[in-house]
Amino acid sequence: MFTNLPILPALVVIPLIGALFLAFVSWLTRDEGREQTERNAPRTALLVSLIVLLLSIVLVIDFDPSNPGFQFMDQAPWLGGGIDFRMGVDGISVLFIVLTAFLTPLCILASETSIKSRKADYMIAFLLLESLMIGVFCAIDLILFYIFFEAVLIPMFIIIGVWGGANRVYASYKFFLYTLLGSVLMLAAILWLYAQSGVQFGEPTTDMIALKALDIPGNVQAWLWLAFFASFAVKMPMWPVHTWLPDAHVQAPTAGSVILAGILLKLGGYGFLRFSLPYFPEASMQFAPLIFGLSIIAIIYTSLVAYRQTDIKKLIAYSSVAHMGFVTMGIFTFNLQGIQGGIFQMISHGLVSGALFFCVGVVYDRMHTREIAFYGGLVKRMPVFAVFFLLFTMANVGLPGTSGFVGEILTMVGAYQVSPWIAAGAALGMILSAMYALHLYRETIFGEQVNEKLDVITDVTVREWLILAILAAFTLLLGVYPALVTDVTEASVLQLISEFEAATTVPVAAEVN
Amino acid sequence: MEAVTLMAPELLLAGQTIFVVLMSMFVKGDKQADVMRWIAIAMLVAFALISFVLGRPQGTSFNGLLIVDDFGHYAKLIIGLTAALALVFMRPYFKTERLDRFEFSVLMIYAVLGMSIMVSANNLLSLYIGLEMQALSLYVMAAFNRDSLRASEAGLKYFVLGALSSGLLLYGASLIYGFTGHLDFAGIAASIETGGMNIGIIGGMVFMMCGLAFKISAAPFHMWTPDVYEGAPTPVTGFFASAPKFAAMALIARLLFGPLEDVFSQWQQVVAALAFVSMFVGAVGALSQRNIKRLMAYSSIANMGYALVPLAAGTMFGVKGMLIFMSIYVITSIGVFAAILQMRIRNGMVEQISDLSGLAQTNRPMALVMTVFFFSLAGIPPLLGFFGKLFAFWPAVDAGLVWLVVAALVASTIGAFYYLRVIKTIWFDEPSQEFVDAPRSLRLITTGSALALVLLIVLPFLTFPLQGMIDAAAAALF
Repeated sequence: MFTNLPILPALVVIPLIGALFLAFVSWLTRDEGREQTERNAPRTALLVSLIVLLLSIVLVIDFDPSNPGFQFMDQAPWLGGGIDFRMGVDGISVLFIVLTAFLTPLCILASETSIKSRKADYMIAFLLLESLMIGVFCAIDLILFYIFFEAVLIPMFIIIGVWGGANRVYASYKFFLYTLLGSVLMLAAILWLYAQSGVQFGEPTTDMIALKALDIPGNVQAWLWLAFFASFAVKMPMWPVHTWLPDAHVQAPTAGSVILAGILLKLGGYGFLRFSLPYFPEASMQFAPLIFGLSIIAIIYTSLVAYRQTDIKKLIAYSSVAHMGFVTMGIFTFNLQGIQGGIFQMISHGLVSGALFFCVGVVYDRMHTREIAFYGGLVKRMPVFAVFFLLFTMANVGLPGTSGFVGEILTMVGAYQVSPWIAAGAALGMILSAMYALHLYRETIFGEQVNEKLDVITDVTVREWLILAILAAFTLLLGVYPALVTDVTEASVLQLISEFEAATTVPVAAEVN
Repeated sequence: MEAVTLMAPELLLAGQTIFVVLMSMFVKGDKQADVMRWIAIAMLVAFALISFVLGRPQGTSFNGLLIVDDFGHYAKLIIGLTAALALVFMRPYFKTERLDRFEFSVLMIYAVLGMSIMVSANNLLSLYIGLEMQALSLYVMAAFNRDSLRASEAGLKYFVLGALSSGLLLYGASLIYGFTGHLDFAGIAASIETGGMNIGIIGGMVFMMCGLAFKISAAPFHMWTPDVYEGAPTPVTGFFASAPKFAAMALIARLLFGPLEDVFSQWQQVVAALAFVSMFVGAVGALSQRNIKRLMAYSSIANMGYALVPLAAGTMFGVKGMLIFMSIYVITSIGVFAAILQMRIRNGMVEQISDLSGLAQTNRPMALVMTVFFFSLAGIPPLLGFFGKLFAFWPAVDAGLVWLVVAALVASTIGAFYYLRVIKTIWFDEPSQEFVDAPRSLRLITTGSALALVLLIVLPFLTFPLQGMIDAAAAALF
């Protein structure tokens, strides 16, 4: 019913307007009324993000899941020379938009109490971040995509650097420079694609749909694939370029960690699906073993590393790297289950790891430490919290009935069709994940309370209860009814696979049932 | 009459210098410098716009010594406007430093006249005259604060090394003249086309490029830049980083795509090598800088490297890319220096990066514009600096210079580190000191250029006419 409205640009622009409004108000009140602005800024931001959420729900209701192509297309002339403003969503991207719009209000809600200084600035940065993240998933023009993809770094850099922990400067630099180096290589590849489209089509273009028809010779494909890989592997992050993630997570404020784990990591997986597979099918085939190798290493190695962590946030950060290993593994199986599983795992991880970071935030706000050894016996002081934490820990492990299970089982089914050994490696990772997650839970929640400082700790407030309950509800809902996600993505994924198979000479079809 | 229309911008400036010097006899006292400055600013703006008012005349004059075309019009537009802005932001500085003398405006006009001749040179002689006229004025401007040891040192250093580079340039020009028998660009081009290249022409080209590389401070001819930038009065540094760089880049483009067009296979390597070395020298050299002027010096070395990348492509698209990149770079440098000039702390100007700590809390608008400038310099989208790099690297990819572009991108990532340090100081650190209120004119310049960096790209009605102008300018060289 709303298909003729520019709903995608609106999704990008509304948070932007909110941010500008807040900036304007805080400029007006720079001398007096500062406290009022600080107090009202979170509510304004919450309102704006709720409008965006509403709009994104309208988007997904209006979205036609049976149509594998792009919908809600918008186009306007922009830079000329084939670089135009193009937006659209398909089954792969629409859910990420909803996920972004869903997590942002929760983050803002959580930050209202946990952020103490410069709240208005914080909210401005967050709304900017939301606008840019939605932009990444809406863009179907390469240059536009790149702009959003890179620009995300600016607010995130500021969020980590200003409101982060003790070692925030180091973490924010590392985050920024790692991702920047990855992205600039992608930029070189984008420029090459643009130049080549001029040669092959007569008119150069950066239309992401049109560029699929580009015929790229095999050896060049490998280079371009590597350039895109450099960017997405850092974003994902894949082993061995994951080292920025634990630092960034540990130093970022709670809501920053949630967004980082919930959305920013997904940009990498989304990029693989959007570019690497459709544009460079041969190179993707060629490099699939590499991806499998790195994914298995990530799953097993980072699980082991996670087990040895003494910092709760760092443990969860390493577990994120392991879970992203499932995603890359799933995507590069090139079959329906694998890719569907990869997407599902990304959505599910967005909810579950987001929730886990919120949980860490709950205890951190009270005790100002994330040392595992500091805690113990929390179940007596915080029974409600213990229940939520248990649920999310189990979802993180992949217990059936939670969303974590669906993603992991689907990717492993996909991987099994390629090679049982890969699936076996991933399964080993699942066991290891149970090991570190249960270890964390036992050390913090159960056991005797030895630390006297914990006597004063209180259970979750209404606000925290609300945030965790919403996330818990969706974790369980997706766990028992995964079709909610898979139905939306299926048509687009099937089309992706059929195009992929048509483009590769080696028939993958034989391996897909 | 035709000659008058063609040479209107230059005649305007030449007449103006005589007028100002004469007028200084009659206008005396406190007002003197101010009056001269406003006249000079008005003349510079007129200089920038007059050829557009006259309908962009085309042709050659002075028996082919100078050429008037769209390339020159565009270059003069940028040079004139930036010089006018530079004069505007020099005023408060000179007032407080008690340096306010009318001669400065005269020097500025001479410098711009020199640049104007440079960008319309059509002959090796006019090229040299323009270059020297510009350079001599700049030497004096660098040392304008003659009681300051640092400024005098900067001026002298600039002069000695500049003279050396002029020597190299002249030697190269003489070689080219000797081997082709022509001084005018068309004659040289024709002679190379028929007679082919030889070692003399290649040697001449290399020597001339060395001399010009000095003018744009491309490595390995960059050694003077940090010292001169640091020593010269801050607003003069701001001027050095903008208009003269643009003029010298334009001259290089004119030389390479005019008389030396058929030596492309040779100069491509020279340009690519200069670009490569500059990018990395600039990026790595800036890492350890604590003084913001020295930081900007290394930043300009790196940026000149990026600007040479599209020229190495040797295509019309490459010239366009260079013009876009340089225009954006000029906007950014003017903005950054106007911002630095505004931040006056109790005991003088902001010089160290650490002086900016906590700016986000003490002076919010300033912190925002500085953030825009430095993210733009780092080439982060959606700011204009990103598009500058995009259009600079694109032609090189088109021409198959992928290695150079990858190197440029890696260098710009290294560069991002030190730009980030400025942003880090502004946002993450605790405030250290209060700033004194800045004059309105400076605030307007910084805000204007920051807004340009943010908005220019989302406003197609601005982008398309500008692109059309740049397209025409690039096409004029072919």
